[in-house]
Amino acid sequence: MNSSIALSVEGLSFSYGGKKALTQVSFKIQPGECTILLGPNGAGKSTLFSLITRLYDTRDGRIELCGFDIKRQTLSALAKLGVVFQQTTLDMDLSVMQNLRYHTSLHGMGRKQAMQRIQQELERLNMYDRRFEKVRQLNGGHRRRVEIARALLHKPSVLLLDEPTVGLDVPSRLSIVEYVHRLAVEEKLAVLWASHLIDEIYPDDHLIVLHKGQVKANGTVDDVLEITNTPTIKDAFYTLTQGEQA
Amino acid sequence: MTNLPGEDLHLPEGRRAGKPFVRLLHYWRAMWGIIWRELWRFVTQRERFISALVRPLVWLFVFAAGFRAALGLAITPPYETYILYEVYITPGLIGMIQLFNGMQSSLSMVYDREMGSMRILMVCPLPRWFLLISKLLAGTGVSILQAYVFLAIAWFYDIQAPWQGYVWIMPALLLSGLMLGALGLLLSSFIKQLENFAGVMNFVIFPMFFMSTALYPLWKIKESSALLYNLAQYNPFSQAVELIRFALYGQFNQQAFIYTFAAFVIFMTAAIIGYNPSKGMMMRKGGA
Repeated sequence: MNSSIALSVEGLSFSYGGKKALTQVSFKIQPGECTILLGPNGAGKSTLFSLITRLYDTRDGRIELCGFDIKRQTLSALAKLGVVFQQTTLDMDLSVMQNLRYHTSLHGMGRKQAMQRIQQELERLNMYDRRFEKVRQLNGGHRRRVEIARALLHKPSVLLLDEPTVGLDVPSRLSIVEYVHRLAVEEKLAVLWASHLIDEIYPDDHLIVLHKGQVKANGTVDDVLEITNTPTIKDAFYTLTQGEQA
Repeated sequence: MTNLPGEDLHLPEGRRAGKPFVRLLHYWRAMWGIIWRELWRFVTQRERFISALVRPLVWLFVFAAGFRAALGLAITPPYETYILYEVYITPGLIGMIQLFNGMQSSLSMVYDREMGSMRILMVCPLPRWFLLISKLLAGTGVSILQAYVFLAIAWFYDIQAPWQGYVWIMPALLLSGLMLGALGLLLSSFIKQLENFAGVMNFVIFPMFFMSTALYPLWKIKESSALLYNLAQYNPFSQAVELIRFALYGQFNQQAFIYTFAAFVIFMTAAIIGYNPSKGMMMRKGGA
C-alpha cells in the first residue's frame, strides 16, 4: 500500500447490464495535484465518479482513497473524500448555513468546530456575508461556491468535482477554476475534475483522457501533447477521441 | 502510513480514531442532523403541514358524519360501550396520517435521488443502514407530530380518549410509523422515477387503507366477503391501526404489536438490501 497516493484506481471495469461503461481504467493522483478528467459525453466520467464515491459497487478492479479500499474500508475512505456533484445537491429551502450545518453533522463535527470551519471556507469564497440567505436566492455561481465550501468543510484529502462549471457564466466559471487550482497547491489537496471544457485545463495540470470507457492518455499536459504529436490540447483530444466533440 | 493533508476532523480534539465514544458521538450528531433537517423542512413547508391535516379531518368531519347513520357498530374491544362512528375511525385516520407520511417520505427519497441531494447523504462516512434508519426516524417523528395535532383537533370535536391513552399512543405511533416508513423506504428503493409514484398510490396506499380495519371492523368485513376479511386481517396496516386503537384506550394488543414489529423488521431489512450498492436495486437504477 502506497499511502502517498491520494487516489488510486486500478483495473476498474464496469458494465450496465451487458453494456460496458468502463474498461480496465487505471490511474493515480498525488496530493497537491490537479487532475483533469477529460472526455466527451458518455465517456464514463460520471460512472467513474459513482464508483469512487461508492454509489455503485466496485466489482472488477480496485479503488483506494489515501490507502483505504473503498469496498472494504468504505467509511474510512469516504471520510477522506469531498465531492461536488454535477447537479446541485443543496437544499433550496434551507439557508446556506443550514445546508452546511447539515453536512458538518453528517461528518460528526461539533457545533463550535463546525461554525469555525464554515466561517473559514465561506470567507475564502467571499460568501460568509450571505450565510443566512436561502440557497434559492443565490445565483448558479454562488450555489457552486457553497457546494465547494461544503465539500471542504471536513478537510478531505481528495476533492472530486463532476463538471462543476456546467451552466455557469464565464466569470463564475473562471473564478471557480482558478480557486480550485489554488486549493490544490495551497492545501495539498488531490483534485480530480471531470470536464469536457478544454479551457479549464492549466499547463501544470495532470490530464486523463477518457473515451468510450477507456483511458486514452494519462500524463502531464506536455506528455499528452508529445504522445499525440499535436500542438494543442484541443488537437490532442480530437486525435485521441477520433474527432468527437469535447 | 504517512499522513496526507486533510486533518481528520471527524475526531474531537484529544481523542483517537476508533474509540467507541467518538464513533457514538458521530452517529448521534449525524442522526440529529438528519432528524432536524426533516422536521425543519416539514414545519417550513406550510402547505405540506396543512394538507397532511386536512385529509384526515375531511374524513372525520364529512365521511364519518355521513356514515354514522348507515353503519351500526357493536361493542368490540377496546371499546366498552357503544361508540359513534367518528370515534371508531379516529385510530384509522391516525394510521392514515402515518401511511401517507411514510409514502411522502418515500416520495421525497425518490425526489432527492433524482435531484441529487440523496448523494450527499450516501457519500458521508456512515453505514447506509444507519442513514436509512435515521431518515426513517426523522419521517416517523414528523408523522407523530401530525398525529398529535390531529388528536388535539379531534378532542375539541368531542372525540376524547382517557388521558393515559395520549401517553400510551406514543410508543404505538413510533412502531407503526417506523413500519409504514420502512415500507415507504422499500418502495423508494424500487421506484426509478418520480412519475412512477402514482402507481404507489393506486397499488399500495389505497388497497392498504381500504382493505383494513381503519374504516370498518373485521367482523363487519367478514359479513360481506371472506376474501376481504382475510386480506384485511393479514394487512400490516390493519395491525398497526389496531395497535394504535388499543393504545389510545390504554390497552396493549400483543398480536398487533408482534405483527407490526415483524412487518417493520422485514420491510426495513429489505429496504437496507435495496439500498446496498453491492446487492440492491441501485446497480440497476444507475444511481443513488
